[in-house]
Amino acid sequence: MTKQLLTLRVNGERHTVAAEPHHTLLEVLREELQLTGTKHGCELGECGACTVLVDGVPILSCLTLPVQLGDAAILTVEGLATGATLHPLQTAFADEGAAQCGYCTPGMLMAAKALLDANPRPTRDEIAHAIAGNLCRCTGYTAIYEAVEKASRA
Amino acid sequence: MLRLPRFTLLTPATVSEAAGMLTEHRAIEEDAAKIGTPGLTVMLVAGGTDLYPNMKRRQFTPQTLIALGRALSRDIRNGSGLRIGAGATLTSVAGDPRVQRGYRALAEAAISVSTPQLRNMGTIGGNLCLDTRCNWYDQSLFWRTAEGMCMKTDPTVVCRVAPSSPRCLAVASADTVPALLALGASVRVANATGERVMPLAELYRDDGLRPLTIGRDDIVTEIVLPPADGWRSTYLKLRDRGSFDFPIVGLAAAVRLEGGIVREARIALTAVGSRPVLVNAAAAALVGTKLEDAAIAAAADAAHKVARPMDNTSGTIAQRKKTVPVFATRALAALRPN
Amino acid sequence: MPELSILGRRLPKVNSWAHLTGSAKYADDIILPRMLYGRLLRSTEAHARIKRLDVSRALAYPGVIAIVTGADMPEKMGIMPSTQDETALAVDKVRYVGEPVAAIAALDEDIAFDALSLIDVEYEPLEPILGIEEALTRDDVKIHDESKRGNVFKEVHLSFGDLDKAFAEADHVREDWFFFEGNTHAPIESHSCVANGEANGNVTLWTCTQVPHYLHRELEKVLGVPRARIRVIATPNGGAFGGKSDPFAHEFAACLLALRTKRPVKFTLDREEVFYAHRGRHPVKMRIKTGVKQDGEITGVHFQSWLDGGAYASYGIATTYYTGALLTVTYRVPAYKFDGVRVYTNKPPCGPKRGHGTTQPRYAFECQLDKIAEDLGLDPLEYRKRILQPANSRTVNDLRITTMGLGECLERVGEATGYSKKHGKLAPGKGIGLAGSAYISGAGLPIYWNEMPHSGATVKIDRGGGVTVYCGTAELGQGSDNMLASITAETLGVLPEDVHVVSGDTSLAPVDLGSYSSRVTFMAGNAVKDAASRLREQLVCVVAERLGVPAARVVTALGRVFDRDDPETGLTFVEAAVAAEARYGTLSAAGWYKPPPGIGGTFKGAGVGPTPAYSYQACVAEVRVDLETGVLTVDRMVTAHDCGRALNPVNVEGQIEGSMYMGYGEVIGEEQVFRGGLHKKPSLLDYKIPTSLDTPRLEAIIVESVDAEGPYGGKEAGEGPLNPAIPAIANAVYDAIGIRFDETPITPDKILDALAKKKVRVGPTGLDDDHDAKASLRRLNASTDARERKRDA
Repeated sequence: MTKQLLTLRVNGERHTVAAEPHHTLLEVLREELQLTGTKHGCELGECGACTVLVDGVPILSCLTLPVQLGDAAILTVEGLATGATLHPLQTAFADEGAAQCGYCTPGMLMAAKALLDANPRPTRDEIAHAIAGNLCRCTGYTAIYEAVEKASRA
Repeated sequence: MLRLPRFTLLTPATVSEAAGMLTEHRAIEEDAAKIGTPGLTVMLVAGGTDLYPNMKRRQFTPQTLIALGRALSRDIRNGSGLRIGAGATLTSVAGDPRVQRGYRALAEAAISVSTPQLRNMGTIGGNLCLDTRCNWYDQSLFWRTAEGMCMKTDPTVVCRVAPSSPRCLAVASADTVPALLALGASVRVANATGERVMPLAELYRDDGLRPLTIGRDDIVTEIVLPPADGWRSTYLKLRDRGSFDFPIVGLAAAVRLEGGIVREARIALTAVGSRPVLVNAAAAALVGTKLEDAAIAAAADAAHKVARPMDNTSGTIAQRKKTVPVFATRALAALRPN
Repeated sequence: MPELSILGRRLPKVNSWAHLTGSAKYADDIILPRMLYGRLLRSTEAHARIKRLDVSRALAYPGVIAIVTGADMPEKMGIMPSTQDETALAVDKVRYVGEPVAAIAALDEDIAFDALSLIDVEYEPLEPILGIEEALTRDDVKIHDESKRGNVFKEVHLSFGDLDKAFAEADHVREDWFFFEGNTHAPIESHSCVANGEANGNVTLWTCTQVPHYLHRELEKVLGVPRARIRVIATPNGGAFGGKSDPFAHEFAACLLALRTKRPVKFTLDREEVFYAHRGRHPVKMRIKTGVKQDGEITGVHFQSWLDGGAYASYGIATTYYTGALLTVTYRVPAYKFDGVRVYTNKPPCGPKRGHGTTQPRYAFECQLDKIAEDLGLDPLEYRKRILQPANSRTVNDLRITTMGLGECLERVGEATGYSKKHGKLAPGKGIGLAGSAYISGAGLPIYWNEMPHSGATVKIDRGGGVTVYCGTAELGQGSDNMLASITAETLGVLPEDVHVVSGDTSLAPVDLGSYSSRVTFMAGNAVKDAASRLREQLVCVVAERLGVPAARVVTALGRVFDRDDPETGLTFVEAAVAAEARYGTLSAAGWYKPPPGIGGTFKGAGVGPTPAYSYQACVAEVRVDLETGVLTVDRMVTAHDCGRALNPVNVEGQIEGSMYMGYGEVIGEEQVFRGGLHKKPSLLDYKIPTSLDTPRLEAIIVESVDAEGPYGGKEAGEGPLNPAIPAIANAVYDAIGIRFDETPITPDKILDALAKKKVRVGPTGLDDDHDAKASLRRLNASTDARERKRDA
């Protein structure tokens, strides 16, 4: 099958890539744009590792066809920091040990960012619901709650 | 990583354009009952949260996908009751104040679907048309090759759940459907020749292989809810985990009260059969009562009789069957006026 | 010990920033020019002879570059040199559904996937062996010809003290059967590797492995390439938990395909394949007979275990011994007998999962102690505290105990939860449960016999004050890179971020045996401390001379080398480094660690169990059971853990919380189960990893015992805290509903069934009640026949 040209707006920059139409946003981000910060754990929508934001909304890149995104703003973990300044979630995750192996972390950060953008002072219960689509196998989620709470106070 | 099979994606801008494409492409295709799910050559996709995983597992390998994202309305509008565009995401349905106020079972069902990400992507129309599920079916091509195929992917072989079953026993698993059934919803269905409105209950049949009654040319475009006046409703879901999981029992109850007396009632079940069902006997047991314990018990008993879980989901048959009357009792008790 | 400047502080891990910005390079993130994509063809049969394997159609498929099969790598391999029974890809026979048979390298992954179906394999099915009892008794079917009795892989018998006398003297003897269901690690990162075949015949393998050194040895053996020509680089692991500590088919296949094509070749398993790679928790059936005096003092224990090992050895010989080895290190056991048997079955191989082999017996023993306490009318907490194995002692099976913090752990979880006030007194459906446990800080012996160090490290200081530490450990997310940086920084008196860490690279770093058995902090930590201390001595000497003070008064901390008695007087670290290099030449030092002699016995089998220091832990769980639906909710878990010294408290707490979480998952519903040899739920939807909405409130309590032999007093923290979580929940369920769950997992359907049938206990009653596997097989055969009949008709 032939590749098609595709322009995506990722982390504030427009990139034109050639991609096969059946390749998902996850595959295009990682393989065509080499933005490998977005991870994958199942490719079936069963783990949340590939979460990115599209116009601020968390979605799964493994179940999204990039051609359908048009000019929507795609945010990946690589675009979370503002220039050289880390996002408060990033520093809070470091301080609280919320990233152990770091593999669910990019997706977790995206889900947490969407939460804080909509709800700057979430309760622990609201955080738990916001990250209910992101499996973490290392932390037991406790440090993640603490980090999101810390970032919300920043 | 696990990838999609190759296909051509069509992105019609309107429902009629989509319906035209569907008719054109499906002319070459035979009845699903004769070819099994991998034989479908053209399919519709909305949010893709159900279809794409199934395609990655090669349960479906359509050559053409018609994406409805641009064509379907995402609006939730006031009508005589409420009209929900089939393209509305489950997040927007769950978060709509009118749904939360008047159609609580639907809000509760929508918020219980899978995960926040999948609710942001998945549509209410897609949830209505969710493929039936089964432990022997929702597996990779490799797994199904090792096990031997099942009736749903290859109609020439037996059902793995019950080899003597004449039909596929895959399970209805959409959370919003029992809620909408209990709320008396209808659906608007369009095709290349026109559109019609039908009661939601008539959308389903008791066949895991062909769970929808509508034709392969048809597109569900809208959900129509009657006025909410006086209705109270709720949805309860049994699953192993607080997110991700499909229901292994889903029960919605709705009652319309006048002066503390039940004037109308509906109880609907899912995940305990191939078709979501309205339990008419349960409703009958409630009308004219004040939701006294005895009335609730009679309704719960009626729901229990209707539930026919098979050993093809998580949990056990006994557990799921036993949970049905417990949920009926709890749901109805919660609907009592304060 | 002088005051510490780095260790003990709540500092972020040095490698956090890469994880948090998406710049960490996991194996699947590596993209190289001309890279090929690989996929494995896996067996669809549980047990079969390969009659024909023909790759010619697949090889002709456009875009397929090369294919290898078992015949290309027939050399036997396996993690334990004494029990090597695997080949890289199946040779002649397959022994489980999912066993790799052939490997394709193609221009992209779509092509590789499509080409899999073009490989023609003809199998001659053999009867599969699927259960423990069947494996023990069926002499007519052999999964491996080497098994003498039935399909027994290994049988061990150890006896210490006079057990007959112990039971004769007991006032009360209990005999209980238990079953622990198998489960798997399920790291979020699936296994992945990239091999690059170089023009000179060398090969470099980037792979998420816990054991780069052991993998290096196996690659040499199987590929027939000298180790000097192979470089293994352990990439950051996206979680491992024991599941990445065997050499795997995709690693050999990638290397051979890369050598043949002289191109990079990547293999990344999909999630389903990870369930087949497995090497997870063994299903174990257990019988424990324990004698006690009226006051609860244990007189003797007879422990028997039957392990369902799956199709290959993996670490199985160690797992078998571990089921019996550590029961004696927590409470006084004066007489002890252990009989263990591991069998082969036609299922994916089991191996080490967090708590390796000790988790199942600990569950059984702590549940039994709860029953004994009830029999004798004792408070389970006070009872345990009364029978503790003392610090600085030797157990009946000759294990050396040094620091021992179990008593304090029990006390702390009791205080935090009000256990003794609540136990037995909560409303129906609510319960509280307790358990204690122990784990090792690294195995006392390497997996292959040698007299070399277990861990080696080198440290160098450059002229600008930069420090680099080299060590063969693998970063799994457990924080080993940060530990290496922190101990180096503490010892030399710099900041962790001044230390560059080179780990897991067999060409650059000295050998460390790997990140398994919770050995890294203790062993690699000591090796790094040894190396850094040698350089520190040079810095101190040169500065002491410069300042004209005795070397004993010179302190290194926070980027300065100065006089303890006059802290303003001193040199910066950079000045000190320059002075030292001028005096001693290039500043580089090697250090190493090897456990001291005499930590274990000398009998056959004494190699498993000894460790330089045991960690201890206790857990209390509070639960609720919905009596109508059987749904079990764990509201809160508190675990106190004796880690020696918390070198980084944030990290230690993270390990305690993560262990509790994983134990919670194992008891609440995670299970690796099969139907007729086929995995029933090889997906993250059906294999139930707890989500944020399920996970209980988790509280970690650090107990410090400051171990004299540990690096700055540290012991392990990564595995032990899992062990008490499972029996604590089982005991809490009993407190809630009066039903003993002597098997795992404890699921709503089992609870509902037990409540309906008014059972007081759920669990096995002997070895031969294992009917499930056979029933499934009969069912499989029946449905297969029916399918064939329908086809014929």
